Amino acid sequence: MRTIVIKPEYEAWRTAARQLLAQGVKPDEVLWTDDPQEASLFVGEDLLAKPPAAEAIKVPSAFMDMAKSAAAHTDSKRWALLYRVLWRLTLGGERHLLSMATDRDVRQMQDWCKAVGRDIHKMHAFVRFRLVGVDSATGREQFVAWFEPDHRIVRLATPFFEKRFAGMDWSILTPYECAHWDGQRLHFTSGVPRSSAPDEDALDDLWRTYYRNIFNPARVKISAMQSEMPKKYWKNLPEAPLIAGLIAESAGRVQGMLETEERPAKPAPNNAYLKSLHDMNQSDTAESTGESDKS
Amino acid sequence: MDINRKLEILADAAKYDASCASSGAAKKDSRGSTGVGSTGGSGICHSYTPDGRCVSLLKVLMTNACLYDCHYCINRRSSNVTRARFTPDEVVKLTLDFYKRNYIEGLFLSSGIIRSADHTMELVIEVARKLREEHHFRGYIHLKTIPEASQALIALAGRYADRISINIELPTQQGLTTLAPEKNLARTEEAMGHIRGKIDERYAEKRKPDAPKPPPFATGQSTQMLVGADASTDATILGCADKLYTAHRLKRVYYSAFSPIPEPSSILPLKAPPLIREHRLYQADWLLRFYDFKVEEIASAAAPNLDLALDPKLSWALRNRETFPVDINKAAREMLLRIPGLGVRNVERIVSARRYTRLRLADLIRLRLQLKKLLPFIITADHHPAKVGLDSESLRARFLPPPEQLELNFDTPPAPAASDFRSVRSGEL
Repeated sequence: MRTIVIKPEYEAWRTAARQLLAQGVKPDEVLWTDDPQEASLFVGEDLLAKPPAAEAIKVPSAFMDMAKSAAAHTDSKRWALLYRVLWRLTLGGERHLLSMATDRDVRQMQDWCKAVGRDIHKMHAFVRFRLVGVDSATGREQFVAWFEPDHRIVRLATPFFEKRFAGMDWSILTPYECAHWDGQRLHFTSGVPRSSAPDEDALDDLWRTYYRNIFNPARVKISAMQSEMPKKYWKNLPEAPLIAGLIAESAGRVQGMLETEERPAKPAPNNAYLKSLHDMNQSDTAESTGESDKS
Repeated sequence: MDINRKLEILADAAKYDASCASSGAAKKDSRGSTGVGSTGGSGICHSYTPDGRCVSLLKVLMTNACLYDCHYCINRRSSNVTRARFTPDEVVKLTLDFYKRNYIEGLFLSSGIIRSADHTMELVIEVARKLREEHHFRGYIHLKTIPEASQALIALAGRYADRISINIELPTQQGLTTLAPEKNLARTEEAMGHIRGKIDERYAEKRKPDAPKPPPFATGQSTQMLVGADASTDATILGCADKLYTAHRLKRVYYSAFSPIPEPSSILPLKAPPLIREHRLYQADWLLRFYDFKVEEIASAAAPNLDLALDPKLSWALRNRETFPVDINKAAREMLLRIPGLGVRNVERIVSARRYTRLRLADLIRLRLQLKKLLPFIITADHHPAKVGLDSESLRARFLPPPEQLELNFDTPPAPAASDFRSVRSGEL
């Protein structure tokens, strides 16, 4: 049994896994553990002594894509499971393994990918940028956002922000890693506490006005809202403090509508366009009646 | 009137439009420009309101003043609602300010009809033009168009927008004549046909190499049908939707349960929104588009309305018991799609896995399938349902929800209490 200590990153796992595979090391002969402080790869002397011959082993690219995503999950068992799936796909002779969603290992890997994908999607949705200033040299607006992802997704999620917000400077701060864009380059720094990010933006009030008024009190469906926007995200969303009040007043608002006296139809105003519409509608109706008479 | 007050009125006026899609646009992004915006990925829902609906776009009207008198609509001319009007610059600024804070991923702009169809379209288009040309905005734009607007203006709207739409509102001319006297089904469909032509042109593969590239145009059109405002049956509604999908290749038909509005019309009394019916229509719509069902199989002349207690696929299976049980390990893909409780993705997983193994119930559990629903309809390597179970009359009863969940009976609506509105399922699949 050998112990492999890697940085908790896909690249570190890949380098180690490639060497282990080249040596034909079976999954149950390895103990995987990760440590963010780990500077360089430690795979044991016997492994480093022999040059890797991994070139001969073909790995489906679909697996590498999934592994990259699953590696961002925080489950400590992921490195071992990824290696086991890699081994089964190659030396284990189960080339078709990824077609088997019914396999325990594949299913677990898919679950991790799904959780990571959802976390990325929610980051794209729930990051809220706050304007902090304008760069005096470039004239570019500068924004800062705070987000708390469940998994290590900052590097997977930020290319989207680069494409979408190329024309402004922005930083997205998280507890474990921060991303920064200055119009030229995307770069990453270590995590910071929440107090480093601004709490408000001058536009938040107008946004809350929109949120309050786009809500329809006649079709309240709280569980549908919460399944897509779980409460854990609420503390960082400027609109969330409105939710309780909107729900509480909705019954009374609907009752008010039902009790309102019905309005009679008003006569058409004198408008040339409206008159032409009414004329067209009348001749259309006459035509279609004529046709149905013939048939 | 300040911008906050205008936004209150013109967002409130826009909320009855159910469309929220922001996906399906051509790929574009802001790299290398001074602007912001990107499209082409899957849509992002930036927030959810307590009605369970997503907020992906800034959905507002240019103005809620309107010449038309559609009785289901809060903005009709007979309503006493407070009227407001944005200037194009105000909408442009709101869109950009909201977008840069990542509150939204685009704009859905519609308008009450003022002066004429063309005049109104010009106002709406001006906003899109400024966003695209003056601010290099590459985010999603959905513009509502008016069937009677000139072809040139619809072409211009499509040039700036990712999606354009015309609401069909009701599936029959009779319904429109009563409830929306200015609207006309034939003209709406004609306009949809023209839009389809422009979208087809955009995607035409067999262009001669020297032929000029067609001007840019939206990648899709959608529409909305109101449910429960007139007497149309589900068969009529789905028949109309099916026609729009095939004849005009719409991306989406939205079904919107008629829900109470603050300014009720004497011609259309308020009632509880038929949310379960709306939900069943969306399920049926999915069966038409992704499961190869025909309208007549879901809602026929003999039984024109969907079963509110059961989903339409289960309902179909119970009416067609002779088709079951289906062998998961052998049946064709089309047949697997007909099994209640099996969705498109799991059908693909089954088809792919069964090439290497004979599937057992434990495999289906690992796919997280609802065995309770599936068991009467399937055969696996270790399961064969007792024939008697399939034939028995009690099978339907087995799937009915417990009685206390069926508190809403829309045929004879009781005076709706707010708890009713809260209890029903709604929304898309």
